[in-house]
Amino acid sequence: MELLAQRLKGRVAFISGGLRGIGLACATRFLAEGAEVVLSDLDAEDSDTAREVMGKLGQAASYISANVAKEEDWERAVALVKERHGKCHVLVNNAGIDLTGPVESLSMEGWRRIMSINVDGVFLGTKHFVPLMAESGKDFRGGASIINVSSIMGLVGMNEVSAYNASKGAVRLFTKGIAIEFCQKKTPIRANSLHPGFVETPLLKAGFQRWVDQGFAEKPDDLVAGVVGATPIGRLAQPEELASAAFFLASEDSSYMTGAELVIDGGWTAQ
Amino acid sequence: MSKRLEGKVALITGGTTGIGAATVARLTQEGAKVWFTGSKEEAATALCAETGAVFRKLRVQDAAGWPGLIDEIIVAEGRLDIVFANAGTESGDASIEDVSIEGWDNVVAVNQTGVMLTVQAAIRGMKRNPDGPKGSIIINSSMNATRPLGNYVTYSVTKAAVCALAKSAAVHCGQQGYAIRVNAILPGVVETPLIQQIMNAQPDPAAARAIYEGMAPLKRMAQLNEVAGLVAYLSSDEAGFISGAEYAIDGATTAGMMGV
Repeated sequence: MELLAQRLKGRVAFISGGLRGIGLACATRFLAEGAEVVLSDLDAEDSDTAREVMGKLGQAASYISANVAKEEDWERAVALVKERHGKCHVLVNNAGIDLTGPVESLSMEGWRRIMSINVDGVFLGTKHFVPLMAESGKDFRGGASIINVSSIMGLVGMNEVSAYNASKGAVRLFTKGIAIEFCQKKTPIRANSLHPGFVETPLLKAGFQRWVDQGFAEKPDDLVAGVVGATPIGRLAQPEELASAAFFLASEDSSYMTGAELVIDGGWTAQ
Repeated sequence: MSKRLEGKVALITGGTTGIGAATVARLTQEGAKVWFTGSKEEAATALCAETGAVFRKLRVQDAAGWPGLIDEIIVAEGRLDIVFANAGTESGDASIEDVSIEGWDNVVAVNQTGVMLTVQAAIRGMKRNPDGPKGSIIINSSMNATRPLGNYVTYSVTKAAVCALAKSAAVHCGQQGYAIRVNAILPGVVETPLIQQIMNAQPDPAAARAIYEGMAPLKRMAQLNEVAGLVAYLSSDEAGFISGAEYAIDGATTAGMMGV
């Protein structure tokens, strides 16, 4: 048995929110393991960011500008993957946004927006990729793998994070529901959720900057220090540390894991 | 990337059969130097010959035996990076109405006190690493930690207890500034030699197998190498931010209602 060398060879993966943070780290890791990868994000296909990232990722990666909250964009994404690769073995529903503030101050519009991206996006991605993945899942032991990025905020509540809490909690149980459904129908797709703690990503930076703007702290570094102080491991996570968990779930090594939640939080929710 | 565990030293309790033996083989394949304990010496000899691992007889509940074993590993290998607290028993267990105090004490000694002593010894050993206190400790709990069995009260209770133990130890290590991670895995029904024996002893082994396979929505039992794969991942530096967590590996059994 050849262990650990290009363990995703022959597999095709789709990653939403792939141009930055956890999504980009997943793409980089999957490519290093021999997979072919299609990414989506909101940026235009000819934008500087998309060009720069795709230039670095190389020939085995391709990009589609798509909004996870729009059903027609998922139809386009699946059509592209079918045309280009004919298969899909791994789906990482990663795209997400945050929303914070006192519950009475949240607008209906803001609530709808976070639900449309964090929850509708996961549902629509799953819905539209399942037929293709059900076929492709026959290719490998352990089948195809859907990896839904929830959060520790999908497990525990936090002050002024109610909307994000609700959206990530939905992802957690949606994942268990589809996992059982696939088992019942003998569809060769596993589904699991990832629950990152505080990860050093552009989303975290933007969120902290917003808190600074709202007067919660003097500077983002103070907020980082607060979070680090409350994390038993004593640091933020790096996106690569989430990508290794996604890779584990994408690989045959996790062939008996479905309906599970993988917490990667440096001990934050163990307290 | 290859050989994720090259240069690492591992200790596995209850390593002579089942999940423990599969993990001895897997961690060795990934480049680790493996030591293991257990009670079945004949099986241990064969496993040592096959993998090059080192066997020491130790009852995990024997507090006095631990310092000597850890010393021996550190002297021989210079370090300790991975400890898999795997040894467990259900011998003497029964329902809450029927369990004897001897049965209860036996299961608590191995599954709970033994795991505590293993984790304690592991941390003490890992603190002696030349590059500072670092390592990964994995506790083998069970899905019965969250879905207890009526006819195995002590087993269920001890498997829940060690999940709290993993979290307490993880938080402690963090607070002390140790780079020592502690996690629990919660397997569903695994096709171990013990389960195979039980199935084959039934009047209708095929029917018994069907019952076990039917318990998980995935409609099969976990294979030993699938559990070993999870242990290998949590052992590796790839899992560097995972601590205080509980990972189910149960084919969706606890994602919904048991047996659906």
